[in-house]
Amino acid sequence: MSNASIEAYARALFEIAQAEGNLDAVESELFRMARAFESNEQLRSTLTDATIPADRRQGVVEQLLGGKASNTTTQLVSLVVGSGRSKDLPAIIDTLVRRASSEKKLEVAEVRSAIALTDDQQKRLSAALTKATGKQVNLKVVIDPTVMGGLVATVGDEVIDDTVRTRLEQLKSRI
Amino acid sequence: MISQIVSLLAAEDPTVTHHWLFPETAEIIYGGLAAVIIFAALAKFGGPVIKKSMSARTEKIQKELDGAASARTTSESEAVSIRAALGDVAAERTRLLAEADTQAAALLVDGRARIDTEIAGLEAKAVADLAAARGRGTDELRAEIAMLASLATPVVVQATLNDQTKQELIEAFITSVGAGR
Repeated sequence: MSNASIEAYARALFEIAQAEGNLDAVESELFRMARAFESNEQLRSTLTDATIPADRRQGVVEQLLGGKASNTTTQLVSLVVGSGRSKDLPAIIDTLVRRASSEKKLEVAEVRSAIALTDDQQKRLSAALTKATGKQVNLKVVIDPTVMGGLVATVGDEVIDDTVRTRLEQLKSRI
Repeated sequence: MISQIVSLLAAEDPTVTHHWLFPETAEIIYGGLAAVIIFAALAKFGGPVIKKSMSARTEKIQKELDGAASARTTSESEAVSIRAALGDVAAERTRLLAEADTQAAALLVDGRARIDTEIAGLEAKAVADLAAARGRGTDELRAEIAMLASLATPVVVQATLNDQTKQELIEAFITSVGAGR
């Protein structure tokens, strides 16, 4: 899929969420959906399998998100899956998130952690990243057990990595 | 004179000899004349032939004598050559034996030197191989330890990382980033 198409889908989803009036919640839910799509091989193969009818794949989405995400989020993901653009779902959603952040003059800060962060930790982390990068950030936390411990934050092109996984890799390289 | 001889002959009895040993005078004269004629003829006609024959015989004998002398000289010369050759053979034999001894001695020296060099090379190679094998063994052992350590470390770390430790790591990150890293 071309960048123009991804941009067009992202803009359409953004406008729908904005029109629904719950952009912040939808944006967060979509972001988590995109990360789940990336990390779950079974989900990814199911939603991108062209031999499975579109309505069946949409049924999987509704079953997966039903009751856990807003109706708008479920419908938007279902729309993308139904149109056969499942493999571009993370790119579309990331573009949407960047667009939403840009609307609020924020920079997306993707933070990966082995465990969930409390609200207090997220606030303090946002403040710390703002201070470190000089940019107002829109914090997006991804639960990623592979980091093992610590955090890795990506703000634009800047990466701040202090995870146990990276330290182990460095140790392995030295060995 | 001839008429005197004829008259003398006619006066003698031809059947009686005047001496028991000597012939008659006329016979002596006839015989003497005949002998003189014969010898003269022989001297005139046979002499050159005999002389020539004798001369040829003498020449032939001289030639044979010369040939024999030449053959003797040749034989003596050949005998000298053979004796010289025999002497040369003995000298050559001695020389060849001496040369063979020299070459054998040189070969022995060269062989010993080559063997010494090869032994030294083999020893050096063996030492180098041993050192390389030792190095490889050490490297392999080190790599094995590193591999085991790299496999074991995440497991050990994962086992020691409880929620409290993870929270402490998060707090440390926030503090570090907030402090400007």
